[in-house]
Amino acid sequence: MQPLLSVRNLSIQFPSRAGLVRAVEDVSWDVNAGETLAILGESGSGKSVSASAVMNLIETPPAVIPQGQILFEGQDLLQADAEMRRRINGKSISMIFQDPLAALNPVYPIGWQIAETMRVHGVAHDVAQARVIELLARVGIAEPERRMKDYPHQFSGGQRQRIMIASAIALKPKLLIADEPTSALDVTVQARVLDLLKEIQVENGMGMVLITHDLSVVERVADRVVVMQAGRVVESGTSAQVMQHPQHDYSRRLLAAIPGRAGFSDMGAAKGDILAVRGVSKIYAGLARQFARSKTKPVRAVDDVSFTMAKGETLAVVGESGSGKSTLARMILGLDDPTLGTIHFEGKPMQGQSAADAYKMRRRVQFVFQDPTASLNPRMTVQQIIAEPWAIHPDVLPRNQWRSRVAELLEQVGLKPDHANRHPHQFSGGQRQRIAIARALALKPELIVCDEAVSALDVSVQAQVIDLLKDLRRDYGLSYVFVAHDLALVRDFATSVLVMYGGKIVEKGPVRQIYGNPQHDYTKALLRASGVIPQQAA
Amino acid sequence: MGSFIFKRSFQSILSLIFLVIVVFFLARMTGSPAMLYLPPEATQEQLDAYNALHGFDDPLMVQFGSFIAGVFQGNFGQSLQYSRPALDMVLEAFPTTLALAAVTMPLVLLISIVTGALAAYRPGGAFDRLASLISLIGASMPNFWVAIVGVLVFAVTLNMLPTSGTGTWQHWVLPVAVLVLRPAGVLVQVMRTSMMTALSSVYVKAAKAKGVKARTIIFVHALRNSLLPVITVASDQAAGIVNGAVIVESVFGFPGIGKLMIDSVLMRDFAVIQAAILVTALAVFLINIIVDISYAFVDPRIRHS
Repeated sequence: MQPLLSVRNLSIQFPSRAGLVRAVEDVSWDVNAGETLAILGESGSGKSVSASAVMNLIETPPAVIPQGQILFEGQDLLQADAEMRRRINGKSISMIFQDPLAALNPVYPIGWQIAETMRVHGVAHDVAQARVIELLARVGIAEPERRMKDYPHQFSGGQRQRIMIASAIALKPKLLIADEPTSALDVTVQARVLDLLKEIQVENGMGMVLITHDLSVVERVADRVVVMQAGRVVESGTSAQVMQHPQHDYSRRLLAAIPGRAGFSDMGAAKGDILAVRGVSKIYAGLARQFARSKTKPVRAVDDVSFTMAKGETLAVVGESGSGKSTLARMILGLDDPTLGTIHFEGKPMQGQSAADAYKMRRRVQFVFQDPTASLNPRMTVQQIIAEPWAIHPDVLPRNQWRSRVAELLEQVGLKPDHANRHPHQFSGGQRQRIAIARALALKPELIVCDEAVSALDVSVQAQVIDLLKDLRRDYGLSYVFVAHDLALVRDFATSVLVMYGGKIVEKGPVRQIYGNPQHDYTKALLRASGVIPQQAA
Repeated sequence: MGSFIFKRSFQSILSLIFLVIVVFFLARMTGSPAMLYLPPEATQEQLDAYNALHGFDDPLMVQFGSFIAGVFQGNFGQSLQYSRPALDMVLEAFPTTLALAAVTMPLVLLISIVTGALAAYRPGGAFDRLASLISLIGASMPNFWVAIVGVLVFAVTLNMLPTSGTGTWQHWVLPVAVLVLRPAGVLVQVMRTSMMTALSSVYVKAAKAKGVKARTIIFVHALRNSLLPVITVASDQAAGIVNGAVIVESVFGFPGIGKLMIDSVLMRDFAVIQAAILVTALAVFLINIIVDISYAFVDPRIRHS
């Protein structure tokens, strides 16, 4: 049987100042009707490039396609003219993208955008309108007649991806390419969107190419997997084969990096509380709106939160976006003051202290933020970045020892001493986060607050950074507040977990209890969505 | 929407009041009109009599009070030069400037949106480089210089166009061309940049993946998204046309509000300056309100926020 789509010996190159970038080298893969092929790889592996070539989204020039074929139902798309490919796009092959907010045009109603897919392929206006309502209902948007007139910004992230899906399946295409369709969504939403894709695939019998870096997505929906590294296919097979008996080193490393499968971290003997949060709320006043008479309602970002944290504890604060977890982290760092309640650090209140006391306290609580590209000043060298805390707290380290201490810190976080003279842009994402960690260590803090510190990193890099944080915990007796949205990620790192929803604490307990015997329905839903099955955790 | 316009109008009125106060006192810092209107050999008695006649001998605050009282009755005082109501003179001159702006601004928008969009379609291409060069020259040349050189070349040397005055359509060519040059030069650059951003966005990729035609992608998907920064800069430039009009109308002897302002500043014709500035400011505030409304029209996110 002829496969629906067959990519054969495809190479794609991009000229750059540093020479030719071989994004894809001699790559081949097939997908059959009704089948799901996952292309698995980390950022920069070239996993999206071959799929973009299928949709004619690669601009040539500048890009060069020196060899290969893309056979769709036996026809080589690379030989077809632009008009022919335009007719195939959206009708026979359609695509959805990673960030649905960016992929939907912000200035047109969503109904118009879905109908456009049909109109450009010759469907009459009124037929298209009727079908839009049908499609929106199918992907689970309530009140489709009314909502079709709304704009993308009036929907949630999950709804937007559903709208993209509605637009992609409008003409019942034979093949759907989904480029990281769920990685911009909250964990619980991810699972529902994947289920929807799977259902629609069965209904329409379409083939699906799913580009992802997430092994749990592969496990959940893919029939076959192609693993890519540095532009080449390093392994392919059924997902069961690859997941259970990976052949290539790289696939093994990827599998080993999946969080949530190692043993639990245990707390040593408690040595008293480091942090006590009592009845803390953060209320943002309503904003005046330009075109409306009323103000928006005040928002309770954090709502009456109380907990204590022992020295040496690693507390994971988990929740979806909007759950208040980052606001809580900012208050613990002293970047924001609570509207109500108090936060005590080692028995002293953090709010209302003198400037001199606040200054002393600052050095004992340090931070690592989500995006190391944004949190490291691009114009400073690594030496200046790591030494800056000593310039602010001159009594910690005399200036003549700065250089040797920076070298030590760099080695501790797995970098080289001679990296000190480079600038942040010369490092990869994982390395940058190591620099941020070195900076956090500079003042020998007792508590480090990590706000989604690894969520922007690739899976295997995530695992390395978590291992580093574990080592530092052991060596320095550090405590961590670790904010994350993924329960799987914190399972083998945290000693206790605090689950937040809508600004409130839903559940808090030692890590074994949360994973082994979750009490709250929301915790259970989060665990299911993370692909961590409670029994497995026992 | 109604409450928004009400709010913006209220803010505008506050600014207008502030402006009126500043103009009133600044004008009086330029010196006494009596020195200009009476012959140099006039005696102190004659000067005093002139000042008393026009109320310039009253304390400043008294003068200000009667000026404000007049404004509320639509009375901006008499022109010293022509002994006519100042507001009448301003209202006679204003339509000329308005017509100048009404021809200039649509031309500026048309030229810059089309040129900018086409330049962005193939960045670095021949058209893009030519458009960038010309728009850079346009944006950086001073109005008065272009106006004078324009008269020299097209009117004096080539004898194609009249040097100054009004009457036929040929009289409009040079003033409009001079006024278009600078804002169009700036706006082509703005449009080009924002169109390039729009064309490299994911929604344009998504439209290609839907099979939308290239022309529709540019003129439907990308164009509307790239208009917001253009509107912002265009409103600044529209206010700038009034400044440009001061120079252009003087050079070309165009009887608009720009020329009227220059003449009355030189002649310390306080009443006319005040009336002209108030009317111009009103027009600028009106432009701003229209711009804010058109934002909401172009971008639904502003409508709903």
